[in-house]
Amino acid sequence: MSVATQDTAIRTGRVTRTLIYVVLILFALFYLLPLYVMLVNSVKPLEEITGGGMMSLPDAFTIEPWKQAWASAQIGVEPTGLKPYFWNSIKMVVPAVTISTVLGALNGYVLTKWRFKGDTILFGLMLFACFIPFQIVLIPMARMLGLMGLAGSTYGLSFVHIVFGIGFTTLYFRNYYAVFPTELIRAAQIDGAGFFQIFWRILLPSSGPIAVVSVIWQFTNIWNDFLFGASFADASSQPMTVALNNLVQSSTGVKEYNVHFAGAILAAMPTLFVYIVAGRYFVRGLMAGSVKG
Amino acid sequence: MRVFTKTKGAIVGALLASTSMAQAADVEVLHWWTSGGEAAALNVLKQDLEGQSVGWQDMPVAGGGGEQAMTVLRARVTAGNPPTAVQALGFDILDWADQGALANLNDVAAKEGWDAVVPDALKAFAKADGKWVSAPVNVHSTNWVWANKAVLDANGIAQPTSWDEFVSAVEALKAAGVTPIAHGGQAWQDATVFDAVAMGALGPDGYKAAFIDLDSATLGSDAMKTAFDRMAFIRDNVDDNFSGRDWNLATAMVINGEAGFQMMGDWAKGEFLNAGKVPGEDFLCFRFPGTAEQVTFNADQFMMFDQGGEVSSEQAALASAILSPSFQSAFNVVKGSVPARTDVSDADFDACGKQGMKDLAAAASSGNLFGSMAHGHAAPASVKNAVYDVVTAHFNGEYDSETAVQELVDAVEIAQ
Amino acid sequence: MAQSANADLKTRLQNWIPKLVLSPSLAVILVFVYGFILFSVYLSFTDSRILPSYGWVGWENYSKLWRLSHWEISLTNMGIFALLYITLCTAIGLGLAIFLDQKIRGEGMLRPLYLYPMALSFIVTGTAWKWFLDPGIGLENVMHTWGWESFKFDWIKNRDYAIYTVVLAAVWQTSGFVMAMFLAGLRGIDNEILKAAQMDGASNWNLYRRIIIPQLRPAFLSAFVILSHLAIKTFDLVIALTGGGPGRATELPATFMYSYTFTRNQMGIGSASATIMLMAIAAIMVPYLYSELREKR
Repeated sequence: MSVATQDTAIRTGRVTRTLIYVVLILFALFYLLPLYVMLVNSVKPLEEITGGGMMSLPDAFTIEPWKQAWASAQIGVEPTGLKPYFWNSIKMVVPAVTISTVLGALNGYVLTKWRFKGDTILFGLMLFACFIPFQIVLIPMARMLGLMGLAGSTYGLSFVHIVFGIGFTTLYFRNYYAVFPTELIRAAQIDGAGFFQIFWRILLPSSGPIAVVSVIWQFTNIWNDFLFGASFADASSQPMTVALNNLVQSSTGVKEYNVHFAGAILAAMPTLFVYIVAGRYFVRGLMAGSVKG
Repeated sequence: MRVFTKTKGAIVGALLASTSMAQAADVEVLHWWTSGGEAAALNVLKQDLEGQSVGWQDMPVAGGGGEQAMTVLRARVTAGNPPTAVQALGFDILDWADQGALANLNDVAAKEGWDAVVPDALKAFAKADGKWVSAPVNVHSTNWVWANKAVLDANGIAQPTSWDEFVSAVEALKAAGVTPIAHGGQAWQDATVFDAVAMGALGPDGYKAAFIDLDSATLGSDAMKTAFDRMAFIRDNVDDNFSGRDWNLATAMVINGEAGFQMMGDWAKGEFLNAGKVPGEDFLCFRFPGTAEQVTFNADQFMMFDQGGEVSSEQAALASAILSPSFQSAFNVVKGSVPARTDVSDADFDACGKQGMKDLAAAASSGNLFGSMAHGHAAPASVKNAVYDVVTAHFNGEYDSETAVQELVDAVEIAQ
Repeated sequence: MAQSANADLKTRLQNWIPKLVLSPSLAVILVFVYGFILFSVYLSFTDSRILPSYGWVGWENYSKLWRLSHWEISLTNMGIFALLYITLCTAIGLGLAIFLDQKIRGEGMLRPLYLYPMALSFIVTGTAWKWFLDPGIGLENVMHTWGWESFKFDWIKNRDYAIYTVVLAAVWQTSGFVMAMFLAGLRGIDNEILKAAQMDGASNWNLYRRIIIPQLRPAFLSAFVILSHLAIKTFDLVIALTGGGPGRATELPATFMYSYTFTRNQMGIGSASATIMLMAIAAIMVPYLYSELREKR
C-alpha cells in the first residue's frame, strides 16, 4: 500500500474533501450493487425469491444453497455440484497463465532490447491479434486441435488460451521493458553475458510488478472464458464456467435462483481472491510499466 | 451444393473412423438437460446402461434451448471427436444426416419394431433417406394453455373453447384487475404463442402451407394478418413488465394467482407440480382455444453419430434403452412431455399427461399432428429464426400487423 | 584463428537467439490468428451453412447481409455502445483516479471495491443486473415501496433505451479497471513540477488541466486500446442481460455474427459479417497502432 499512496502535491479544502468522499462512497455502492443482489439471494429459501422481494434481505437465513451449489446440485445427469469442475479449471488455468506470461516476457525482452529490422511490424501484428473476435476462430481452431490430437483435452484448452493471450502479455512486458535502461544490458553484453543470462539476471528480478499485471489479466480472462471451454473440452475436462452455465441455464426446467447465485459466487471466488490479494500490486504494476510509453 | 455435401460427408466419415474408437465401452452423451428434474430423469437412462456395463460419459452444455450445445457439437465434429449420442431437435437431425455424420440404426429399429410404434410425423425427423439415425425420447406439444383455476372460478370464467370465448375471458380478467396473460418477452416465447395463434387463425391446412411448405401466398394471406392481429391483442393483455422475463417466472405468476393464463409448452407443468399444485384442481391445462384437435409438437431425440461405419454394441444398447417403454414412461412422467411411442401405458401419468397422450394419439391418426415452427420442427433453423425476428418485432410494437405480414414473406424468402 | 572463428559463430548465434525466441509466438499468431482470418474471409464467399463448405457464391452473402434490417440495427447499436462506453469509462475512471489520489483514507479498501467487477464474468453477474434493472422487481420497485411512486426506470423493457442499460452494465464492469490505469499514471507524475507550479500560484483546476492530464497521455492510449477491444468483443453481456431484446433492439455485431454462424446455420452470412467487423476494426486500429509505434522509435 505504501508504494501506491504516494505523496501528492495537490492540496484540497475541507468542503471539497467531504464532497470527494461522498462521490467515492457512492461509486463504491454502485460497484457493490450486483454483488449485494447475488449475496442476499444466495442465502434465501427459493419460495422467498419467487414470491417477490428479490431485493430485500432474507427473512429466513440459510446456507443450504451454497452447500448444494458446491456439492450436490445437478450439473449433468449426476448431482455433483461444481466441485469436480473446479480442478479442471485449475489444471487449465495454471499452465496457460504461466506459459503465456513467460512467452510475453521473452517477447517483450526481444522486442525492446534486441531490436532488429521490422520488429515494430511484428509487434503490431501481435497486438492487432488481440482484437480478433473469438467466435470466428471457433471452427478452424477445432479442426487444428483435431489435427494436433489435442481435441477434447485440458492441454488443448490451455494451448488455445496461450495462443490468444500472447498478444496482451507481450504488450504489457514490452511497455515495461521499454523504459528499462538499455545501458545496463549493453554493459552486461560487454562483460560477455548471453541472451538468457541477461534476461535471467538483470530483467527478470525487476519484473515482479508487471508479471503481477500479466498474471491477473490472464488469470481472470482464462478463468472466466466460456466459449472455448464449452467448445474444446470433453466430458472429463469441462471447466468451471461451463458447469456454472449448466447450473444456471436450463431452458425447460425449474430454476433454483438461490443455488444459481451461490454457484456464481463460488465460481468467481478464485478471481475475486486474486484481485483482492494481488490487487495492491496491481496499480503498482500498471504504474511501473503498462501505462507509460 | 449436393456435390459438396457428399465430399464433406466423406471427410466427416473419414474423421470419425480415425478417432471415435477411443473409448470402447463408454457412450459419451452431449445434452442440455441440466436442471434438477430433467437431469434426474436422464439419470434413469444412465443407470439402465450401467446395468448392462456400458459406461456413461456425461457432456452437458446448457443454454438457449440447445443452441449452445449445437455450437459445441460443431466444434466437436470439426475436430473429429464427436460424442456418441447428441440430444437434438427436428431439422438439426436432418442437417447432420445430410452431412453423412450419423449412424444407421436400422438393425436396432427392426429388432425393436420402432416403425410400428413411433408416429409418422416423428419418423420424419428420426429417419433420413429411409435410415433410422436417431432415437426419439419424448414428444412435447406447444399449443397448451395453463390457467389458474381459482382465478377463473372467482371471475366466473369457464374454460374457453374458441378465440371469441378466450377474448371475453381475457377481458373479464382485465376488468377484475388481474393480469389476463402471463408472458415472457423472449423471441422463442413470442414464437411459441404464435404457433398456437397461427394454428387457430390459419387452420391446420394453412399452418402446414405457411410454415412447413413455406408457401409465400399463405404467408402473406389475410388469415396471417388475423394471426398477427390476435398477437397484438395478446400483447395488449400482458403486463407492462413482460419483456425479457423467463418463462418460468411467467408460470409463477399463474401459480400465484397474479395472472390468469399462460400459453406455453407442456414443460410448464413441472413448475405447477413443483409448487405442489394439482392438475384439474388448482390449475387447468387445455389446448389453445380453436386448436383442440391439433397438436403442434417438438420432440427431443438422441441422434447417433457414426462410429466408423458400424453401430457399436454400446450405441445400440443406448438406442434401444431410450425407446424402451419403461424408460419412456419414467422419463416423461418427470419431464411433463408424453412418450414418443404410442404403446406406452398412461398409468403413471397425471391428468394433464393422460390428456396429452390421448391428444397425441388422436392427432397422429387424424393427420393433425404438425411440427412446431417455434421449436424447429416445421422449417430449418434459418427460416425459424427469420420468423422469430418478425414475430418478436411485431410483438414489441416495431411493426403493425400489415407490415409484419410483408416482412414475414420477405424474411422467409431471404432465409431459404 | 580458430578462436576467432569460434567467437564469430558465437556472436552469430547470439544474433539469432532473439529471433528464435520470438518465432514460436509469431508462428502461432500467424497461423491461428491471421490464417483463421483468411479462412473466415474465404468462407464469406461460399455457400457454407452448418459446416464449412466450399461452393463459391461470390458476393451473394454480402448482398443478403445488407438486406437484413437486423444487421443495420446491430451496427447502429455498436456505434452508440462503443461511443458511450469508451467515453463514460474514461471519464469515470479518470475522475475516480483523481479523487482517490487526494490522500484518501481507506484507499486500500475502496480500490478493490472499484476493481472487483473486472474479475467477474457476465455469466455470473448477468442475472443480478437483469433483476436490478427490471422495473417489476428491481430499482423501480424498491423506489415505489419506499414511497416514491412516480419513479420510473424501465429502460431495459423499452426498445429505444435498452441499449443504454447494456452500456451501464459494461461501464460498471470496466470503469474500475480504467481507474487503476489512470491512478498508476497519476502516481508516476513527478511532484516537483507540481510544487513549482503551485509556487507560481496555479489553481488545482489549472494544475490538472495544464500539467497533469497532458502527462497522462500514455494512460489514455492504453485505456483506449483496452476499452475498444472490449467493446468489439462484447457478447456475454448482451446474451446475459437482454438476449438481444426487446425484439432485436440490443443486437451487436458479435451477437449477430454468432447467431448467423451457429444458431441459424447460415455460416456464409455469419462470415460475411465477421469480415466486415474485422475490416472496421482494422480501419480504426491500424492507423492508431501505426502512429503509436512509429513515435516510440
